[in-house]
Amino acid sequence: MNYTLVYYLTNTVGMIKINNLNFGYSKQKPLFKNMSMQLSNGHIYGLLGKNGAGKSSLLKNLAGLVYAQSGTLEVMGFNPTKRQPALLEQICFIPEEFYLPSVKIDAYVKANAPFYKNFNHGYLFELLKEFDIPANNKLIDMSYGQKKKFIIAFGLATEAKLVIMDEPTNGLDIPSKAQFRKIMASALTDDRCIIISTHQVRDLDNLIDTVIMLDENDVALKASVEEITNKLTFKKVKELDESIIYAEASLSGYNAVMPNYHNEDSKLDMELLFNAILAEKIKFKPLFN
Amino acid sequence: MEFRDNKAIYLQIADYVCEHILLGKWKADEKVPSVRELAVEMEVNPNTVMRTYELLQNKNIINNKRGIGFFVDENATEHVKTYRKIQFIDDELPVVFRNIYLLNIGFDELEAKYKTFVKENFNA
Repeated sequence: MNYTLVYYLTNTVGMIKINNLNFGYSKQKPLFKNMSMQLSNGHIYGLLGKNGAGKSSLLKNLAGLVYAQSGTLEVMGFNPTKRQPALLEQICFIPEEFYLPSVKIDAYVKANAPFYKNFNHGYLFELLKEFDIPANNKLIDMSYGQKKKFIIAFGLATEAKLVIMDEPTNGLDIPSKAQFRKIMASALTDDRCIIISTHQVRDLDNLIDTVIMLDENDVALKASVEEITNKLTFKKVKELDESIIYAEASLSGYNAVMPNYHNEDSKLDMELLFNAILAEKIKFKPLFN
Repeated sequence: MEFRDNKAIYLQIADYVCEHILLGKWKADEKVPSVRELAVEMEVNPNTVMRTYELLQNKNIINNKRGIGFFVDENATEHVKTYRKIQFIDDELPVVFRNIYLLNIGFDELEAKYKTFVKENFNA
């Protein structure tokens, strides 16, 4: 194994290091301005943001699929834009939109698995069984949901250390979503870093241990669920008062976010947090610095 | 498992484990599911289950045998009761009291209902 890789896998700091990244599809419209952030292995990061906030673009930057204008981005000690095989075989990227050729599963695996040194055929077989994917159909003839489950299974079977998933639960039916959560819970190991971008937070909120939220060309929040619920309380209240930072009306009163004055251990409501940060960004800033 | 809205997930998983111990499904000195096994069953992040297990270790409800896994403490039932009692008195009882007060329910009525409940549910 490559020395750099050994170093980054045995150290739990900074599997991904982003420094002052500037990125945009045109010079006039920057998407990220001086973005900096570090991600470590052993976590499932939930990447949130409005449409167009740059979630997919950030993921593509990590996988070396697009190039930043300036700043540095390091993945396991590599520069992903160089697309070195030693790094690429450690990245599993499940894009939102994908294309699968007109071949059967075994032909696809035969052609693509050799790119991944640690590819685990037994695990792939297990995952396909769990996802209930017919082995003899051509990939192109499968339904969207079946295709999606296939690329998720293939991606995880690569045993890559960095797993990037863009809206993985889109197109999955109800039982498949539960299977997906179980599979991801077992896929998180200490040496793996999993990043999932999603709008379907209700599908995934118990899987995510750290929230990354993008807004206004930068990281608006990066905090673990524990850190967030240490600082904030999420609860239903009958009436609003000044302590409440943000609230949404519900059937029986309001769903509210407020500073955690009484050391309560509440359940993080990710949708509420998302809307709260979009609406009251300035009030949250001092809490998370 | 269906999670409720208001309580942190790691605490709800702690309740689940405590419930299994109190009901005798998981017995003293027996191995409990690994962090990964429980995370898969609950469809949650393994780090969340780790947080649950750390809490339960602090309460002497389970203990960690290095390299083997987590085991139910020999006095777990007692420790679960202490832990749950504090939780019940702090968190749940105020809600019950509030309703008893607002709805003007007498203690005699309450006692009778309690006895019927115990008889029907626990056959005691």
